[in-house]
Amino acid sequence: MIGRLIRGGFDRTSWIFLTVLFGVTLGVAILNLGPEPGSTMHLSTFVVSVLGKYLTYALLAISVDLVWGYCGVLSLGHGAFFALGGYAMGMHLMREIGPRGVYGNPILPDFMVFLDWQELPWFWLGFDMFWFAALMVIVVPGVLAFIFGWFAFRSRVTGVYLSIITQALTYALMLAFFRNDMGFGGNNGLTDFKDILGFSLQSDATRVGLLIASAVALAIGFMISKAVTASKLGKVLIAVRDAEHRTRFLGYRAENYKLMIWTLSACIAGVAGALYVPQVGIINPSEFAPANSIEIVIWVAIGGRGTLAGAALGAVLVNFGKTIFTGLFPEFWLFMLGGMFVLVTLFLPKGIIGFFVNLKEKWRASRPPQSMPQEGD
Amino acid sequence: MQKLVKSFFIVPALWTILWIASFSAVQAQDGFSQKVDAMVGANFTELTVQIDALATSGNARALPILEALSIGRLYYRKTDKKVVIAEKVKRKYRLLDPISGDVLAEGVSKRKLKKIRVNNKLRRALRATMGAMTLLSSDPETRLKAAQSVFKSGDAAALPTLEAAIVKETDPDIRTVLRQAHAVAILNSTRSDDDKRAAFAILEERGDRDALSVVTAAARTATGDLKLLADETVTTIEETLELWNAAQNIWYGLSLGSVLLLAAIGLAITFGVMGVINMAHGEMVMLGAYTTFMVQDVIRNHAPELFDASLAIALPLAFLVAGGVGVAIERGVIRFLYGRPLETLLATWGLSLVLQQTVRSIFGPTNREVGTPEFMSGAFQLGQLTITYNRLWILAFALVVMVALMLLLKYTPMGLQMRAVTQNRKMAGAMGIRTNWVDAATFGLGSGIAGIAGVALSQIDNVSPNLGQTYIIDSFMVVVFGGVGNLWGTLVGAMTLGIANKFLEPFAGAVLAKVFVLIFIILFIQKRPRGLFALKGRAVES
Repeated sequence: MIGRLIRGGFDRTSWIFLTVLFGVTLGVAILNLGPEPGSTMHLSTFVVSVLGKYLTYALLAISVDLVWGYCGVLSLGHGAFFALGGYAMGMHLMREIGPRGVYGNPILPDFMVFLDWQELPWFWLGFDMFWFAALMVIVVPGVLAFIFGWFAFRSRVTGVYLSIITQALTYALMLAFFRNDMGFGGNNGLTDFKDILGFSLQSDATRVGLLIASAVALAIGFMISKAVTASKLGKVLIAVRDAEHRTRFLGYRAENYKLMIWTLSACIAGVAGALYVPQVGIINPSEFAPANSIEIVIWVAIGGRGTLAGAALGAVLVNFGKTIFTGLFPEFWLFMLGGMFVLVTLFLPKGIIGFFVNLKEKWRASRPPQSMPQEGD
Repeated sequence: MQKLVKSFFIVPALWTILWIASFSAVQAQDGFSQKVDAMVGANFTELTVQIDALATSGNARALPILEALSIGRLYYRKTDKKVVIAEKVKRKYRLLDPISGDVLAEGVSKRKLKKIRVNNKLRRALRATMGAMTLLSSDPETRLKAAQSVFKSGDAAALPTLEAAIVKETDPDIRTVLRQAHAVAILNSTRSDDDKRAAFAILEERGDRDALSVVTAAARTATGDLKLLADETVTTIEETLELWNAAQNIWYGLSLGSVLLLAAIGLAITFGVMGVINMAHGEMVMLGAYTTFMVQDVIRNHAPELFDASLAIALPLAFLVAGGVGVAIERGVIRFLYGRPLETLLATWGLSLVLQQTVRSIFGPTNREVGTPEFMSGAFQLGQLTITYNRLWILAFALVVMVALMLLLKYTPMGLQMRAVTQNRKMAGAMGIRTNWVDAATFGLGSGIAGIAGVALSQIDNVSPNLGQTYIIDSFMVVVFGGVGNLWGTLVGAMTLGIANKFLEPFAGAVLAKVFVLIFIILFIQKRPRGLFALKGRAVES
């Protein structure tokens, strides 16, 4: 399937997307590691980790776009899958600290020593192995999404009801993770990480490595999503989005398609979270906050719902804006974010990408009829 | 036997107090100071006599002197053998005249003083004497306090005094407490088993936690028949307590439910009529709360005598402010998004961020102080329940709002049109109802109700820019649980969730209780995707 896609399934936007992605990533990586610090060509490590963070957000936006843009399921709780993936990675990084913690306990993380716990809870077992943690990054969000989706789609909970219960899901998880008794560090979450796979998290090379890993993960996530949406399965998904009842009457089990894409999307979100945590150095329950999950949706809406590259673009643009504006005019950021929600839904229903596609079509339509392209796909 | 002996001198002492109290104070004064000074150098037996003498003197200062003696604050000066009450101030002592209560000297070192010492036996006698003096006080409040403290101490030595006081008491409430204190004292005494049986009955009637601990202690020492009875009483009281506990949970649950109802009721009608999720609903509540703050601010500065009416003034204003903003939102944004409920959700979320930031910019991010009018502060006791007036008022207010809204929906043309649009928008339009006007009016009404909910919630919650956000998810849960387009559903949903939350809290803790409720709703929606009271008919398949 991937081979066929690379031959013919990728449209021009996808190639542009992948080229820009790797061009920028490699450029930043080289400018950070190559020139001596202090020279005009040198890019600071801050830029590297911020870009890496944006790329994980972009991957998260793609996962939301997959369910919202292609299947019509507006999730207001995708932050939960992102945070779960992040927690799985955070747990591994906590175990990696080993005896270098403040209390020097080789097995128990600092917060457990602080809470006077005697042994590691069962759900922390195995996280000292990277492969196990990496598996859990996908399995935990995937299983939760599967169970949640299995119930929700089967009983045909749709529309705003579904949105609200996804919100309730992430809210419930947030409240639960805030408790110290849960064994995930409570309010403070997991932090003070030292290294990953033996590489110090403070070194520039590791940061660049993480950036490149994020870029690769984003590219893979993008290609998987592209492959799924361009396939026959993708056509059924779009049919479910546009007319669920008709699709059902044609003999398709709409709930199974939804469940499949929902679980896939949650797994992608989990991977994004896992790459996010080592780059920002902390994971805490506020990642579960419902407001965060709604913000993801606006990235997708701004970039262009139903266009995967658009979702990624939206995530990077909005977060770039956030970094700039919360630094310069912290008072105005919420006005801007709120304004974006309103203006985009009113005036840019298809986002930035959709806006340009529209312009192009108008331009084509205004040209003489002999050069009209064939009506296809 | 010891206790009995003591009570023999207390009873005559009491009657003497009453008798002497009628003598003139001046005559008593000289004798009184003599009696006080006679305590210097007395041994314990002599001191017992002096205490009795003081108690029977009928002088108002006798009580503070005895009190000082019992807590070891009564001293005498070594130089002139004058009795003083000493208070420790920064390692030195301040001396008070025991008779006038005036300050005699400051910063006296301890070496110049000698304590008038008492032993445990004397201390018990003192307590009984003091209790007796206050139990017979002419001030009802002092008597009640004394009765309660005797109940707590359960001193058998106070029995004769208690019996005397019960005979004399006219206030029925105080008499009840006296009888209960009497019962406790009897259980601690060597009285007959019959008396103790009666005491158990009295305590069973009281049936609170204090009574339980007394009876449990008595059950431990009792033997034979009495032990059986004591155990029985313990079970009965435990059952009563269980009931009161349940009643308390229900009350707290209803109170929480009324708050949820207020927050959700406006959401229910906009969601019901328009199928639109208004994420800015919580901010309408916040606007209402800030309107209350503004109204109180103006009243404080210009007409403080109107303060008790501030909430009544704030109600219509909050309705207008929030309702006006609601109509503006509907006309400015939402009407362009009909048929796209998910986009509406996002746009209103954006508006909620803007409104929050606006309020934060104007009023600052900190909590604002909203005062409570006289009639809403305080609490009263219902059996073993403490009911605060503000919670009671909010419950009543929520129900009034609910009933008013139901009447509006049922008996006015506007309500008729709203119901028509809820049931079938297209048909309603075909019958000549201007559905977009109905939408605007509904949105205004829903927002206005959120505004007046804000007035009520300002009494029990912090008025800050984040006020709305704390309620938004809970109100969604209520609406989704109760079912759309049905106010009964909202009422039942709010109360059920409130009570369920409060019943889970003792077992699971507040946070986990909430998590359980959320999970329950998520599961419940699977079973009944349209809520408890779903609308039937074609509206369902939209």
